[in-house]
Amino acid sequence: MKKILSLALVLVMVLGLAACGSKTEAPAATTAAPAANDEAAAPETEAAAPVADVKLGFIFLHDENSTYDLNFMNGVKEAVANLGLSEDQYISRTNIPEGQECYDAACELADAGCNIIFADSFGHEDYLIQAAKEFPEVQFCHATGTKAHTEGLSNYHNAFAAIYEGRYLAGVVAGLKLNEMIENGAFTAEEAKMGYVGAFTYAEVQSGYTSFYLGAKSVCPTVTMDVTFTGSWYDETAEKEAANRLIGNGAKLISQHADSMGAPTACETAGVPNVSYNGSTIAACPNTFLVSSRINWAPYYEYVVNCVKNGEAIAADWTGTISSGSVVLTDINEAACAAGTAEKLAEVKADIESGKLHVFDVSTFTVDGKTLDSYMADVDTDPDYTPDTEVVENGYFNESAKRSAPYFNVGIDGINLLDTAF
Amino acid sequence: MAKKNSGPVLHISKRDNLPWYGAWAIRGTAILLALVVCAFVTTALTGENPLGVYKTMFQGAFGSKRKMWILGQNLAILLCVSLAVTPAFKMRFWNVGGEGQILIGGLATAACMILLGDKLPNWLLICVMTVSAMAAGAVWGGIPAICKAKWNTNETLFTLMMNYVATQLVAFFVIVWEVPKGAGKIGIINQSTQAGWLPQIGSYKYLLNILIVAVLVVVMYFYLARSKQGYEIAVVGESERTARYVGIPVGKVIVRTMMLSGAICGLAGLLLVGGTDHTITTTIAGGRGFTAVMVAWLAKFNPFGMVFTSFLLVFLGRGAAEISTIYGLNHSFGDILTGIILFFIIGSEFFISYRLDFLKNNGKEQA
Repeated sequence: MKKILSLALVLVMVLGLAACGSKTEAPAATTAAPAANDEAAAPETEAAAPVADVKLGFIFLHDENSTYDLNFMNGVKEAVANLGLSEDQYISRTNIPEGQECYDAACELADAGCNIIFADSFGHEDYLIQAAKEFPEVQFCHATGTKAHTEGLSNYHNAFAAIYEGRYLAGVVAGLKLNEMIENGAFTAEEAKMGYVGAFTYAEVQSGYTSFYLGAKSVCPTVTMDVTFTGSWYDETAEKEAANRLIGNGAKLISQHADSMGAPTACETAGVPNVSYNGSTIAACPNTFLVSSRINWAPYYEYVVNCVKNGEAIAADWTGTISSGSVVLTDINEAACAAGTAEKLAEVKADIESGKLHVFDVSTFTVDGKTLDSYMADVDTDPDYTPDTEVVENGYFNESAKRSAPYFNVGIDGINLLDTAF
Repeated sequence: MAKKNSGPVLHISKRDNLPWYGAWAIRGTAILLALVVCAFVTTALTGENPLGVYKTMFQGAFGSKRKMWILGQNLAILLCVSLAVTPAFKMRFWNVGGEGQILIGGLATAACMILLGDKLPNWLLICVMTVSAMAAGAVWGGIPAICKAKWNTNETLFTLMMNYVATQLVAFFVIVWEVPKGAGKIGIINQSTQAGWLPQIGSYKYLLNILIVAVLVVVMYFYLARSKQGYEIAVVGESERTARYVGIPVGKVIVRTMMLSGAICGLAGLLLVGGTDHTITTTIAGGRGFTAVMVAWLAKFNPFGMVFTSFLLVFLGRGAAEISTIYGLNHSFGDILTGIILFFIIGSEFFISYRLDFLKNNGKEQA
């Protein structure tokens, strides 16, 4: 008897839940905003606020102990100083996970009077969009996201930087170092192999290691590269082990796209040159650190604040470049780099800035032995990864032009993926 | 040289029956003392005014309508998990697998939303989600219980290990369903259709979760205090031998109770994935499976008491986050304050259960 009773109770609860559920189906459709007019300058808010009327809110995935978030925080510091903002004109929220907490944090920042809200992690995107729909008068800017150009919200924006240009330059440094080692007789030109520790088989990582490889290949034509993935953006042990495995497989130089000190310290121990990311690791690795590329976010923050101040629309997708000061290299480590590196770097950098050199020039690489004449990339994010946009134009793969987040995910010859589980 | 032959200066004895106001006086004193210690730590480490810090904590929890709703939502989820682990703990079955049971419930929910989102009408989808989330949680809790009942395996280790299995399963499926390719994130599921999203009552996002858990509190209270099964749980917890002697099927009670425990954890997973976050990540449980153990013990397994203890923990957490935001301090500082306050509160329970007598006349006592 009791069992039947409790079963009935459970059923009533479940059905009750479901009954309420069916009611909400209708309004769901109405939330889809009118698409494809993100250029139409949001008129409601941007009535030329002087810098004094700007209040910024920042959402960070972790705190300053993560090199990834620290890089954003340094950008905030720089932008705040350049814009002359006062202490009470910005609020930072740290340790915000990629879930409902991000939506809550964004709304709380809007409640606190912020009129521009930034978030720094890929997984924040959907929750920020949710908040953007609720606060049309607040500008929401999301780094690394992919959906601004398809959501069609006038107050939601994506940003990234053409970091592949920085990786390419770092690759040039690596190639020169390999040439030096070949000349010194450390190994033959055919043995020139690099190793790369990636986080996931994600376009951002693929774009990064491919541009790095192409940079190295531009000065050391025989170079090849092994790539392995750790399945985490931050896993010191896994990154260290991955670097050691690559070195064991004959890699003469290592670079990485993951945020811990695992790979750099493994290289220092093994005496293998390392090209770093997100900032200099010279303090911990004085003998093996060559150079590091990183994104400087200050130019973007300043751009957005100036847009709001002047009542201009913020671009749905903003891609920082070397010229805008968004893509930067650290000082090269003279002690470890090959002679003449600085001069060569300046030359290549000038070529990229002038548009003479394109990183993904299809004449410099092949895919399965063939030239890449045409490639449809998954630019408009969808669960089926549908290729939707032609991205090979004028003889080069036009990275970060159709949207700010990278979409280069082609496997090119010379790069050997050891595993693709992640 | 009096020190040399000084005997014990303290005598500890069990209190018989402290009146309720006595217990609360001790607790109140403990909290006051904790606040004083926190004040010293705050001034010494940061130079901030401790009163301002306390005020900020309150504002973090109650500062606006939205903050109160968030507080209520966080409280509801933590309370739900605490209610879930309670029957097991009352049975002296150390279920530290709440985390995994929430995750597996959440994974089942997410699977239904992704695979059946466009195939079933919404009401049916939500039914399927509810049943599968609770069933998944029940299985996850039931496996260690069956092994305990049959082979007397160690349930603490077993439930703990099941957490890792659940985490890895979620990690695996996140990569199966990730959007875009390689991102390692699923993102909000069915954002455009809202298929499988639990309904929102009026304009209140979190009200449904809060109501469900409120009902659960009452049901759990009566289940534990008034039902035959609740009594069986208490007897098995007190002494398995007694339970056997009076004819309670101990193995059956263990398995049944753990399945119930797991099912309610699965429900918490449903509320998180279907109700608020609409995604699944390996960290969605956020340590609640472990925090719930503290909530349940502090309240001595009384569901109504747990409303207060989970409130306390959520309040401290929200307050700590606000401190780090307003004062630009690292989160760890808020956690230090939370730790001090909890230390005093847990410590005060000792003084409620036991009395301390300072022995004045050492010499005489020894002789």
